[in-house]
Amino acid sequence: MDDLEKRMLKEVAELDSLPVGAFNIRSNGASEARNSTANIQIESRESGDGINVYFKDGTKNESCHIPVIISKSGHKECVYNDFFVGENCDVVIVAGCGISNCGGHDSQHDGIHTFHIGKNSKVKYVEKHYGEGTGTGKKFMNPTTVVHLSEGATMDMDTSQIAGINDTYRITKADLGPGASLVMHDKILTNFDQTAKAEIVVELNGDGSSCDIISRGVAKGESQQDVVIDIAGNSACHGHAECDSIIMDKGVIVATPKLKATCVDASLIHEAAIGKIAGEQIIKLMTLGLSEQEAEQKIIEGFLR
Amino acid sequence: MLELQNISFHADDKDILKDINLKIDDKFVAITGPNGSGKSTLLKIIMGIITPTSGKILFDGQDITDLAVNERANLGISFAFQQPVRFKGLKVKDLLGIAAGEGVDVTKDCKYLSAVGLCAKDYLNREINDTLSGGEMKRIEIAMAAARGGKLSLFDEPEAGIDLWSFQSLIKVFENLRRVTNGNIMIISHQERILEIADKIIYLKDGVVDRYDESAKIMSDLNMGRYGCGCAYSRKEGACNG
Repeated sequence: MDDLEKRMLKEVAELDSLPVGAFNIRSNGASEARNSTANIQIESRESGDGINVYFKDGTKNESCHIPVIISKSGHKECVYNDFFVGENCDVVIVAGCGISNCGGHDSQHDGIHTFHIGKNSKVKYVEKHYGEGTGTGKKFMNPTTVVHLSEGATMDMDTSQIAGINDTYRITKADLGPGASLVMHDKILTNFDQTAKAEIVVELNGDGSSCDIISRGVAKGESQQDVVIDIAGNSACHGHAECDSIIMDKGVIVATPKLKATCVDASLIHEAAIGKIAGEQIIKLMTLGLSEQEAEQKIIEGFLR
Repeated sequence: MLELQNISFHADDKDILKDINLKIDDKFVAITGPNGSGKSTLLKIIMGIITPTSGKILFDGQDITDLAVNERANLGISFAFQQPVRFKGLKVKDLLGIAAGEGVDVTKDCKYLSAVGLCAKDYLNREINDTLSGGEMKRIEIAMAAARGGKLSLFDEPEAGIDLWSFQSLIKVFENLRRVTNGNIMIISHQERILEIADKIIYLKDGVVDRYDESAKIMSDLNMGRYGCGCAYSRKEGACNG
């Protein structure tokens, strides 16, 4: 792995060296390094287009890192990663993709992650997408995340796309069994003429299930974002969605809430707000010595934290 | 330290401030007066949040009239808002770090928060958002001003919106701040005990300086101690039933 790839790895997975625990590092379409542990088994799919990761029942306090790096201009791939988490687990899964494109050809990563989470298991999932490079080739990233939560299972997702992706279509679909819980923090920053589309669809199927979806977006330059949060309450459940956005320059954001209740005991709430940075926030930080630009940057940094 | 020369502010066909001339050198100066007398406007003009229609501001002899808010902040002027601003995502420790200009320092942050009656362990990682009460926000706002330090700290009615129990400790905060600070303090207040610890009081009325004198003299004139209702100026105006 060269210095560029190491830096990308640091950017998307906060890794300075090979991680402890299970990992699979994919670089330009090939597995660069892989490690399975006694409880976490990583296998290539027979079709060769991704991996299957198996977590034994009762696996606790273990992590699995599966970062993807693309540094060859023009490299395009569609990868399927399936996670089979047994019962009573408590694990952390860190994904993420970085594209560095200094060439003239478009690069693209489409990652389809499917999670089968067993009874009473707890999963923390972190996914960070990042693009860079001065070439004319574009960077495309289209992640799809499908989550099946069994009875009593919980998933805490922290997904973000911070910079440098020209166009993205992010799909998240989740279905929850009885007592299952999903918390999702999704953050997107777009700039220049970038576009981002996000669809988050949650089916609360089991009694006592709940979701809390927090989506935050910042659109700078002439970038455009289109966010749809769609929650279906099919049981005695609780669903909450909060879609907060900041627009700057000539940015455009469309936020579409959709709530559907098919059970009289379903309780669903959607909050959405779009606006520029409040002037009083900038002034407050200026009274602490920051310039207007520094204040804006600090506010966005906090907003997308 | 601070000199206001012929400061006027006109907005919405109204003269909010009319030809204000003040020389302020005392360590602790309170500004008081009826609602709508221009107190907050005056303080915001000193910070640069509002631009005066006319007039000049000198700070340590330097003309700061055309300086931006952050430039004045970097000269040593700080400002605590009457209604503290909330931020989604930014934490108490972030703002204290910016205020102190040296990033997060848990030991120092603990000192600033303790001084306003808050435990650092409970608050440093709290977001400055709607989950904090008005009283908590006020205390954090004052802690930020203390962290900022500097030559001139401006407080816009810190007691507003604070419950009585919190208010008692707020008085102690300012008594303490008065004792330990190396800089000067200007504070808008209606509260007797705050006015009592001031060196001087500026009494604004209808956009002009009605009185500017030693605290003891003004307090004596208004029989503040005898009424003890905490808003003697309102009583003077006939607006208080307390």
